Amino acid sequence: MDQGLLERLRERLDAEGREPVFAHGLLAVPLPREALLDTVNLLKNDFGFDLFLDVTAVDWPEREPRFDVVYHFYSTREHVRVRLKTAVTAAEPVVDSLVGHYGSAHFMERECHDMYGIVFRGNADLRPILLYEGFEGHPLRKDYPKEREQPLVRYRE
Amino acid sequence: MNQANEKSGAFEYLTTRKDELVGWARKFSIFPYPFVTACCAMEFMSVSSTMYDTDRFGAALPRFSPRQSDLLMVVGTITHKQAPILKKVYEQMCEPKWVMAFGVCASSGGFYRNYAALQGIDKIIPVDVYIPGCPPRPESVIDGIMQLQDKIANASHPIINEKF
Repeated sequence: MDQGLLERLRERLDAEGREPVFAHGLLAVPLPREALLDTVNLLKNDFGFDLFLDVTAVDWPEREPRFDVVYHFYSTREHVRVRLKTAVTAAEPVVDSLVGHYGSAHFMERECHDMYGIVFRGNADLRPILLYEGFEGHPLRKDYPKEREQPLVRYRE
Repeated sequence: MNQANEKSGAFEYLTTRKDELVGWARKFSIFPYPFVTACCAMEFMSVSSTMYDTDRFGAALPRFSPRQSDLLMVVGTITHKQAPILKKVYEQMCEPKWVMAFGVCASSGGFYRNYAALQGIDKIIPVDVYIPGCPPRPESVIDGIMQLQDKIANASHPIINEKF
């Protein structure tokens, strides 16, 4: 792993409310959600993070803001990863979509919307991808009752 | 006159009950439709192939159309999203038909107890034989097939019923 690149990236990102730290050998960057698109631009265009690995969320029911939205990026040239993390509230769980930067964001944001109800502003197609039409709620939120079922076929008597 | 064609009177006629005859014929010609969704498929392949060989029970020929099959083998976890497909496949099968729940996920949901997994296919379609195991040993599957054969052999087989 090229520690020099990550160190340069850490120094470059240490502004605008971002607090980059090394965690478990990976650069983790908590940031305000307004800074998301700028940061992704920088990662993609200046530092060559060309692969968008994943977007997911973390639900902290006791905390305000309640959700963390977590992104992972990978550089196929340098073989390093970086993690972005931004917090959103339950009242307004909205972040900017990355579909303008990475085509794979279309599907991954749909999944995150299914499971956590995060809204990606700019992603025009947030239909269910793993769930089905008519499913109420977001099953990976901590307040979804873990035994609640929403069957599509009527059960036999 | 050819001596071999002459009726000797011995073993020229057999008497039997209609249900026994039809049951005997049906139990050795179970054409399965494998509805395979998950890891139990590995065990299904194993039980179908040479070592365990379900052909010995007349249940070797998988039909990949439910309309040609007698036995619906539900192999693996069924999710709520898949349940309408399973129900449709079952409804497309012609009478007489039987259903086998292969493995704990199909039987009861197994260790999946969440928003996604159907808690046993018997919630939506009738099941004739349940095979426990995660996944079941081939011996369990063969035992299940034999129990199903017993069930078929001892059942009544009406030539005409309300469904057919």
